[in-house]
Amino acid sequence: MWILQLAWKNLWRNKSRTAITMASIFFAVVLSVLTSSLKTGIFDNLIKNVVSFYSGYVQVHKAGYWEEQLLDNSFAASPQLEKTILAQTEITGVTPRLESFALASAEMNTKGCLVVGIDPAKEDRLTHLAAKLIAGEYLKPDDNAVLASEGLLKRMKLQLHDTLVLIGQGYQGATAAGKYFIKGVARFGSPDLNDRLLYLPLLAAQNMFEAPAMLTSYVLSVRNPGLVNATSLSVQQRLGNEYEVMSWEKMMPDIKQHIQGDSNNMQVVQLFLYLLISFGIFGTSLMMMAERRFELGMLVAIGMKKTKLAFLLLAESVLAVLIGCILGIMASIPIVYYLNRHPLRLGGEVAKAYERFGFEAIFPTSTDSMHFITQGLFVLLIGLILSLYPVLKLIRLNPVLSMKK
Amino acid sequence: MKTVIDAHNISKTYNKENIPVYAVNNVHLHINQGEFTALVGPSGSGKTTLLNLIGGLDKPDEGKIEINGIDISAMSPNKLIDFRLLNIGFVFQSFNLIPVLTAKENVEFIMQLQGIPKAAREERINNLFKQIDLVDKMDSRPAQLSGGQQQRVAVARALASKPQFVLADEPTANLDTASASNLLDIMALLNKEENITFIFSTHDARVIERARRVITLVDGRIVSDTAKVAVHEE
Ligand SMILES: Nc1ncnc2c1ncn2[C@@H]1O[C@H](COP(=O)(O)OP(=O)(O)OP(=O)(O)O)[C@@H](O)[C@H]1O
Ligand SMILES: [Mg+2]
Repeated sequence: MWILQLAWKNLWRNKSRTAITMASIFFAVVLSVLTSSLKTGIFDNLIKNVVSFYSGYVQVHKAGYWEEQLLDNSFAASPQLEKTILAQTEITGVTPRLESFALASAEMNTKGCLVVGIDPAKEDRLTHLAAKLIAGEYLKPDDNAVLASEGLLKRMKLQLHDTLVLIGQGYQGATAAGKYFIKGVARFGSPDLNDRLLYLPLLAAQNMFEAPAMLTSYVLSVRNPGLVNATSLSVQQRLGNEYEVMSWEKMMPDIKQHIQGDSNNMQVVQLFLYLLISFGIFGTSLMMMAERRFELGMLVAIGMKKTKLAFLLLAESVLAVLIGCILGIMASIPIVYYLNRHPLRLGGEVAKAYERFGFEAIFPTSTDSMHFITQGLFVLLIGLILSLYPVLKLIRLNPVLSMKK
Repeated sequence: MKTVIDAHNISKTYNKENIPVYAVNNVHLHINQGEFTALVGPSGSGKTTLLNLIGGLDKPDEGKIEINGIDISAMSPNKLIDFRLLNIGFVFQSFNLIPVLTAKENVEFIMQLQGIPKAAREERINNLFKQIDLVDKMDSRPAQLSGGQQQRVAVARALASKPQFVLADEPTANLDTASASNLLDIMALLNKEENITFIFSTHDARVIERARRVITLVDGRIVSDTAKVAVHEE
């Protein structure tokens, strides 16, 4: 106990040295918590954007559909199937879709489009479709009308409340055709989707494609987006080989790759941070040992065991590192929470690039407590490892030589 | 008369590979309890080396050193640390004290290392500070004390562990005449009243005058050993 008291007093004997040690730890913790939480926050946000944009986190198809996206690869909608899926605790919702390509024509104009038959209410919960409306009204389940993307209408020189004709191939070789009233116009961030998307109520779509009660996919909402792979695996096991269950990572591997690349960049930044503090701490230990050479030799000379002295030196650096860590975590909590509520917002070209894909260029932090714990502990670990340096020096300390002038 | 130090034929040679320096060369030394002995000699004559050897800080290349009949030349460095803590008091030329502790805490420190209980420590501290006449400076930090006062605290610390003898390597070298003489007064009084054995090295003629036995070293050898007054008796 008295050694700890002495350690505490020694900690403050050279205030600037202790301040350097604590400050390096402090900034290391703050910056590494911030990079870590920003990294996760940005990616979570990106994934949320991409996913809620259209694909959802997880989709269920008939086995083989993703390879060959044809109506013939559709499956029968069944309340039993929905129930089985919803029985998984990780799944919070199931949204049915029937998707296929068709030609949309009006007067002299014919354009290819992606027809999506939806359950209007469920689809809105998943992708906030109603919010993308720029004119007209949102679909009702029994409407025989379409909600068209802004770009498609422009290309076809059509307007709200006009009508268009859809022609395509239906289920099992049938011919699909129908005439629809344009009830709403929506704007999508992605130029690609904005030029091609056309929503129909599910029933109307099934009728047109002559695919009664058939679906191409169930889009699943999940409780924890971080667990999509495990979740899709367990759903897959439940449903058997007749179906394929795919996470967004499988459906959009390029986005997954992009995230992985950015994540590696962030890790380089963190590595650099860790190196920086290591030098800070090491430098101050070096200074400290040089300054106290005589004193340490004197203490061994008068009869202080090296184990006790090692404990003293260790206690001094552990105290400094611990205080720096705690202060760092305490300071980073409000910063991280603030940046979560008031995310960084980019302007200019970057913002435009993001908007093209329908995302806002905002970068919120993740407030997951894991960031504080893992980064705090990691910096603490670095500090503790470097605290061993004085102890190693001490083992070789010779009192006669260190007291020599 | 009790023997506290018995050194037989001890030698310490530095720089053996090149031009050897015989820092201590075949020295016999016998110190009895209650001595007040000065080790003198020109710079480089081996005073510090000899004190380090008999204080168990350094090992002789040849010969044997017995403290109270115990051979310390064969002890492991780690065992020697404990041996020093329990048997030998040290006063160095300067920077004896831990700067972050008060005078009192510095003296208490050595007893804490020895594991002496609080009450016994307090009592001993009070007595020692009376003896070094610094009761009013007990709570001062070393930086707030004069050089002479710091050396007196160092003497108190050396005595706090109740050692067999106290080794002081040029304890007055950094002190002015008055402080040096004051320190010697205190040491002499402790020697006389409590029969504490002091062995100190010095260059200072006025300090040498106070010693009752003067051992002169030249080139690591004892060239003279004179008892000026009969060694103090009980
Ligand atoms: N670690 C060492 N390595 C090499 N030579 C040493 C070492 N320590 C002491 N010496 C040499 O041993 C000799 C005796 O040195 P020592 O310090 O014992 O002398 P001293 O009488 O205490 O001198 P001073 O009065 O200057 O303190 C000197 O020649 C010194 O240079
Ligand atoms: Mg010397």
